[in-house]
Amino acid sequence: MNEAIFFFNNAIVSGLVIGSVYALGAIGVSLIFGILRFAHFAHGDMMTMGAFATFIVSLLISGLGLSTSVPIAYFALPIAVALTAAAALSFDKMFYAPLRNRGAKPVTLLVASIGVTMIIQGLIRLFFGTGSHTFYEETSKTIFQIRLPIEGVRRAITFTEPQVVIVVLTILVVVALRLFLTRSRFGKAMRAASDNSDLAEASGINIKQVVRITWMIAGGLACLAGTMLALDVTLKPDLAFNIVLPIFAAAIVGGLGHPYGAIIGGYLIGFAESLAVFNWGIFLRPYRDQLPDWVPANISIVPTEYKLTVAFVILIVALLVRPTGILRGSTT
Amino acid sequence: MSLISLKSAVAGYGGPPVLNGIDIAIDQNDIGVVVGPNGAGKSTALKAIFGLIRVSAGSVSFDGTDITNRPAHELVAMGLSFVPQNQNVFGSLTVHENLEMGAFSRTDDFSESIASVYEIFPPLIERKRQKTTELSGGLRQMVAIGRGLMSKPRLILLDEPSAGLSPRYTAEILERIIEISANGVAVLMVEQNARQALEIATKGFVLANGKNLFTGTGRELIEDPEVARSFLGGWNPT
Repeated sequence: MNEAIFFFNNAIVSGLVIGSVYALGAIGVSLIFGILRFAHFAHGDMMTMGAFATFIVSLLISGLGLSTSVPIAYFALPIAVALTAAAALSFDKMFYAPLRNRGAKPVTLLVASIGVTMIIQGLIRLFFGTGSHTFYEETSKTIFQIRLPIEGVRRAITFTEPQVVIVVLTILVVVALRLFLTRSRFGKAMRAASDNSDLAEASGINIKQVVRITWMIAGGLACLAGTMLALDVTLKPDLAFNIVLPIFAAAIVGGLGHPYGAIIGGYLIGFAESLAVFNWGIFLRPYRDQLPDWVPANISIVPTEYKLTVAFVILIVALLVRPTGILRGSTT
Repeated sequence: MSLISLKSAVAGYGGPPVLNGIDIAIDQNDIGVVVGPNGAGKSTALKAIFGLIRVSAGSVSFDGTDITNRPAHELVAMGLSFVPQNQNVFGSLTVHENLEMGAFSRTDDFSESIASVYEIFPPLIERKRQKTTELSGGLRQMVAIGRGLMSKPRLILLDEPSAGLSPRYTAEILERIIEISANGVAVLMVEQNARQALEIATKGFVLANGKNLFTGTGRELIEDPEVARSFLGGWNPT
């Protein structure tokens, strides 16, 4: 029983948390691909930028002398989401729109987004240095512990406040996105434009407006994901650049241009990673005395430092078996 | 004054022009049919009207307003509608959502238009929640034309509405086009089934090599021996 709780705390909780971050990031990547047909490589850094936006707004709020029992980041988040959405819009206007207007190919836009990656990383390091920051300067992370009323159980089910918040927020985002895409006029227009942009234009849909809404949603979600990740770990300039590859893997595995697929892909890769690095030897611990000596104490599928390979393996398998993704996205 | 007129239009896809000074004009109560051999510039003429390709010389005017090279979404708001030949439905959307997208430019209540599309194309009612990728070619064409009608256009441009359809569906679609015209929507269409389409045309245009060859009522063109011999597969008065 203690082992099962250890498994829950270390594999399930972390899979849920990182899966949520991947899902939020991958939705943005998938939406952008659906409408603009290019892989937005700077998405990870847009997440980092969003986290730093929350950080700045938090500092401003606490500078006003307000202090709360929960991290100020939660109050700063809505403002930061709006700021990041605006930043995403202006990046499009400055870098991607001029290229699109000249009929640039998707690969050109991809390369431009690598440039944007460097710009964002450079700006963040310029203003905040290369070190890490924390949202928990004044308050501390609330840790929830649930003790099961069973005889002989010493371990408690443990998770932290940001971990609860991230999972709840992701569920809310998924529900909101679903309602937006299936019920609202612009949501349907986005699906239509992603499906067939020429016909959408011929139907009187203003594609430029759809593009703007797409950037705002992708930027807002990136801020949400980045901030949540920073609350769970720490805020540093390469916060989300390191996870841009799993995020792309999630979007591709789910089916590019398919936001629900991105959610499935995000959790799939999140859980696969946390299960792959989990030390399954834990379950053998009660029987250690009976086991032969050659059984190692640490049995995990991949060592933690090679966690990134998990996403690649899943990506390669997905590309071989089902190249259009779980939900059959666009491949062009 | 014509509802739509394309005057000495020159247009193309970047290379040598496909249209070399085309004139097409129809009125509100017309069914205009554009026919001609492959590469004559039939579809290009529709695209030039709808602002999908650049008109480099000549002009397009709609109800007296110059609309040359206007973006498509503005034209929809003015009362033009275009149904392309290929990929003319949103595959991942349901039949009903496809129709809703056709009404995107409208801010008023469009439930009446949806009802009238279902009235013109009854087979669509029971499939309204189905995705259009699951439909047959004929039904998809109905969705495509239905979507085109949803913006409450004064003029609908149809690019080969019978392409790839069985003779039964072709006849059916042409019947429906007469009905659409009777409802007060001007129709300008390009057709491969030249004879069948000219039968219902009040104005016909024969194009070849990006130029007007013959213009007349549908009947005149069908009965013109030269048109019949060159473009309708033999003279065959009925």
